Amino acid sequence: MSRTPLDTVEHAAATPDVELPWAELGLKKDEYERVVEILGRRPTGAELAMYSVMWSEHCSYKSSKVHLRQFGEKAPENDAMLVGIGENAGVVDVGQGYAVTFKVESHNHPSYVEPYQGAATGVGGIVRDIIAMGARPVAVVDPLRFGAADHPDTKRVLPGVVAGIGGYGNCLGLPNIGGEVVFDSCYQGNPLVNAGCIGVMRHEDIHLAKASGAGNKVILYGARTGGDGIGGASILASETFDDAKPSKRPAVQVGDPFQEKLLIECTLEAFREKLVVGIQDLGAAGLSCATSELASNGSGGMRVTLDDVPLRDSTLSPEEILMSESQERMCAVVEPGKVDRFLEICEKWDVIATVIGEVTDGDRLEIYWHGGKIVDVDPRTVAHEGPVYERPYARPSWQDALQADDANKLPRPATSEELKDQVLKLVGSPNQASKSWITSQYDHFVQGNTVLAQPEDSGMIRIDEETGLGVALATDGNGRYAKLDPYTGAQLALAEAYRNVATTGAKPLAVSDCLNFGSPEDPAVMWQFAEAVRGLADACQQLGTPVTGGNVSLYNQTGEAAIHPTPVVAVLGVIDDVARRTPVAFQEEGQLLYLLGDTREEFGGSAWSQVVHDHLGGLPPKVDLERERLLAEILIAASRDGMIDSAHDLSDGGLIQAVVESALLGGKGARLIVPDGLDAFTFLFSESAGRAVVAVPRSEEVRFNDMCGARGLPATRIGVVDGDSVDVQGEFTLSLTELREIHEGTIPALLA
Amino acid sequence: MTARIGVVTFPGSLDDRDTQRAIRLAGAEPVALWHKDKDLKQVDAVVLCGGFSYGDYLRAGAIARFSPVMEPLIEQAKAGLPVLGICNGFQILTEAHLLPGTMLRNNHLHFICRDQKLRVENAETAWTSDYTAGQEIHIPLKNIDGQYVADQHTLDTLESEGRVAFRYLDVNPNGSNNDIAGVANEAGNVVGLMPHPEHAVEPLIGTGRTDGLPFFTSILKKLVNA
Repeated sequence: MSRTPLDTVEHAAATPDVELPWAELGLKKDEYERVVEILGRRPTGAELAMYSVMWSEHCSYKSSKVHLRQFGEKAPENDAMLVGIGENAGVVDVGQGYAVTFKVESHNHPSYVEPYQGAATGVGGIVRDIIAMGARPVAVVDPLRFGAADHPDTKRVLPGVVAGIGGYGNCLGLPNIGGEVVFDSCYQGNPLVNAGCIGVMRHEDIHLAKASGAGNKVILYGARTGGDGIGGASILASETFDDAKPSKRPAVQVGDPFQEKLLIECTLEAFREKLVVGIQDLGAAGLSCATSELASNGSGGMRVTLDDVPLRDSTLSPEEILMSESQERMCAVVEPGKVDRFLEICEKWDVIATVIGEVTDGDRLEIYWHGGKIVDVDPRTVAHEGPVYERPYARPSWQDALQADDANKLPRPATSEELKDQVLKLVGSPNQASKSWITSQYDHFVQGNTVLAQPEDSGMIRIDEETGLGVALATDGNGRYAKLDPYTGAQLALAEAYRNVATTGAKPLAVSDCLNFGSPEDPAVMWQFAEAVRGLADACQQLGTPVTGGNVSLYNQTGEAAIHPTPVVAVLGVIDDVARRTPVAFQEEGQLLYLLGDTREEFGGSAWSQVVHDHLGGLPPKVDLERERLLAEILIAASRDGMIDSAHDLSDGGLIQAVVESALLGGKGARLIVPDGLDAFTFLFSESAGRAVVAVPRSEEVRFNDMCGARGLPATRIGVVDGDSVDVQGEFTLSLTELREIHEGTIPALLA
Repeated sequence: MTARIGVVTFPGSLDDRDTQRAIRLAGAEPVALWHKDKDLKQVDAVVLCGGFSYGDYLRAGAIARFSPVMEPLIEQAKAGLPVLGICNGFQILTEAHLLPGTMLRNNHLHFICRDQKLRVENAETAWTSDYTAGQEIHIPLKNIDGQYVADQHTLDTLESEGRVAFRYLDVNPNGSNNDIAGVANEAGNVVGLMPHPEHAVEPLIGTGRTDGLPFFTSILKKLVNA
C-alpha cells in the first residue's frame, strides 16, 4: 500500500498547486478562496475538513445570521438573563439562587433518513448542550411535524421517531413533559424533529465553552471516536489514502443512551468538585467544532495531538477524526493539578477520558498527527468568522392570492346536526386527536418532580422541594398560520406558547426557538424566514421575553416544494410554588366556565378550515400582544390566588376543542350557552388569539369578575362544568363516551 | 432511631434519587450504595431501583446481577434482609434468582408509561403490610420489558402460596402471565414489581396520588418495631 506524504502545514505551503476537493465538501469557490486568503496558502486536508464543516449552513448560520441579529438588537431589558445567545444554551435566573438553561434544536434531516437513530441522537445532542452549561438536565420536550397522518411513509417515520425519542430519553432518566405532534402533507419528505431540554443549576455553577489559562489540559471524554456521522470527510480520506479501508460509512450517527447517562453523571460530579475551567460538547462538526470554539472563546490558543484521540476504528484518517460526529463525547479544559481527579471520576463512571492537548499562550489552534503539524489556524476564523450571506429575498408572487382566498367565506354548517358532525370531525382529526398513544411511550415520571406533563398546556417541573419553586415550558408553532403570513405566524407561535405557560400559572420569562424553513437559496423562502424572524423579534421585545438561543434548520424541502415556514417557539416560565399550578382538566361539577378575551370571525389557517374544507387561505388570526400580556397576568393572578381550578388556552380547534379536552381529561362534562353577539359556529370554531377558558368555583365568581373588570379583560360566562356530556344549548349534545372514543381512537387506528 | 434503607446505584440507574426521596418522605434514612461496594454498609433493607442498568444490554438486569454489591445482597437476602426490586430492580432480582420468573418485552413491543391500577394481593410481606389485601391502588408503570412470564409450575406455586403480591387491574398493560405485576419470595422479605411506587408518594407530583408511600412505611414499621 503506497501512501502519499502526510499533508502537513509545511507540505501544503510547499505544494500550492495541489487540488483539494473543496466543492465536494460543500464549500463554494469564493469560500475556498477566502480560506486560502486567511491562511496565506492552500489549506491542508485537515484544515479544509474543519473549515468546510464549520462554515456549513448548519454550523455557521451563514444565511440566517444577518436576520438573527435582531434577537440581540431588539432584546428587551431583562434582569433574568444570565447567559445569552452564542453559548451552548441561554441561561436565566429563576430566583432563590437557581438558574435555568433551556434550548430547542432540530434533527430533521437525519430523522427522515433513519427515524429511530435520527430522533434519538437529536435528544442526545440537546441534552449535552444543557450539561455543557453546568446544569443537570431535568426534562425534555419534543415538537414534531410529520406528513399526512394516513400517508404510508408517516407510518414508517413516526413510530421510529417516537421510539427513538423514547428509547434515548427514557434511558437517560429525563421526563418528557411536552411538545406537539402535527400532521400536514407539506412535511411529507421533510418531517421536523425538534428536541428541547431544560437544565437546572445554581448560579455559581454556570460553565462556559472557553479554553483559558495556558498549560491547562484539554480532555476528551466519553465514547470512542468512530466513522459515524462523517459526511464529506471520506472524500478527503480517499484523496489521501489508497482504497484499502471501509468505504461506506453511515452519515447518520448512532446513539448509545447508556453512555450518555454515564457522561451526564460523570460531568456533574466533576462540576460539583469544581474541576472544570471550560467545557464543550461534541455535536455537529465534532472535534473541529469543540476545539475551534473552545480556543476562540478563550484567551489563548490550543495545541492538540490527534493521535491521542481514542478510536473505535484505527483506520480513520485525521480528517475523519476531526469531522466525526460520533455521539456521547465531551471536551473539558482542566487545570493540570486537577487532571488526576478528573480522570478518577471518569474512571468511576467507566467513561474513557484522555488528555489530547493543552491551552497555549499563543493565539493559534495547532493540531498534530504522527508528529506533523496538520492544522495551524486562527480558531476564530474557523468558529466565528465564517461567511455571512445577504441572501436575496422577495415576497412570493403567490402570497397575495393565498391571502385573498378568504377562509371566512367557506361554507359553514347550516344546521345543528351539521355543526355537531363537524365538531366530531374536528376532535377526531389527526391534529386535534389525543396524542396519548405517542406520549405514553415517553417516561413522564422519572426524577419525581413532574408537576404537569402533556397534554397539559405546558410541562411543569418542580426545582426546589422545600419552597416549591418550579419552571414551566411550552412549545408552539403553527405552520399554516406562518404560511399565510410569516410575520404574524411567528408572533402567534410566541403568543400561544406564552399563553400556554400562563394558563398553568407560571410567569413567562424567556424564549428559545427552532426555526424550520425551506431552502435559503429560494428568495420566497428567505422572505418567509426574514419575516418570521422580524415578527418574533418584535413580539419578544414587546412581551419582554428575550430570545436566549435557539437553532435554525434550513433546506427542509424536497425539490421545489418547501415545508410551511415553521417557527417553533419555546417559552420558559417560572412559578413560585408549584402547588398553585392550574391544570387543564375540569375538577368539580358546578364550577362556572368563563371565556376570557374577544372572539372574532377568524378562520384563516384554522383547524376547521383544514378538517372540513381541506383549505388553507386568508389571513391568520390577529395578534394583540398587549392583550396577551393582560390575559397572562390575569391567569397567573387567578392561579396564585385560587380563583380558578382549571384553565385551557384556546388555539387550533377553537373553544370546542379546548372544552372537549378539559372535559375528557377531567371526566366531567360541560353545558355551554352561546353568548349574546356570537353565532354558535363562530363561538365554537373561531381561532382568535388572546383567549382562554377557565373554570371558576362559585365562591370565587365575584372576586374573579371584579379582577377582570378592573383590568379591562373581557370575561364572558359561557356555561358550567356538569354531567357526562358536552352540551351546547339549543344545538347538540355529545356524550363523553362518544367524544372519548373518537378523540382517543384516531391515532392508534392510524399508527398502531 | 430510624431504619436505614440502602438504594443501589448501578451505571444506568435512573430512579435512585427518587427512591431515596420516597424513603425520606416515609421517615426512614436513605443510604446510597454503589454497585462496586463490597458490603451493604449495615443497612436494614435495600431497594434496587428502576432504570436501565448497564444499558439493559444483553438482557435487562443480566449484567447488574453480577455487580460486586450483589454478592452480599444475595447472601443477606437469603438470610432475611428485606429487599425491594422496582422495575429494573425486579428484573435484577429475577436474574439473581431471588425471585422466580422473568420479564420479556411488552407484548405490544412499545415502551409504555401510564398510571396503572393494581390490586394488592398479599399484604403480609415486608413491603406491603401497610396495605390491606384486596386494596386497589394506582401506581405509575413505565417500561419496555415488563411482561412477566414463568413456567406453569412456577405460576401454580406462586398462586397457591399467595406469592403474587400485585396484579394488574382493568388493563393488562404488557401481556404478563396471570396479570402479575409483582411477586414475593417464600419468606416475604424479597418483593419485586414492575410499577414504580416511588413515583406515587407526593400529592402534587406525577399522577398526584400517594398510593406508593405504604411500601416505604410498611418496611419502616417492620424495621423499627423489630
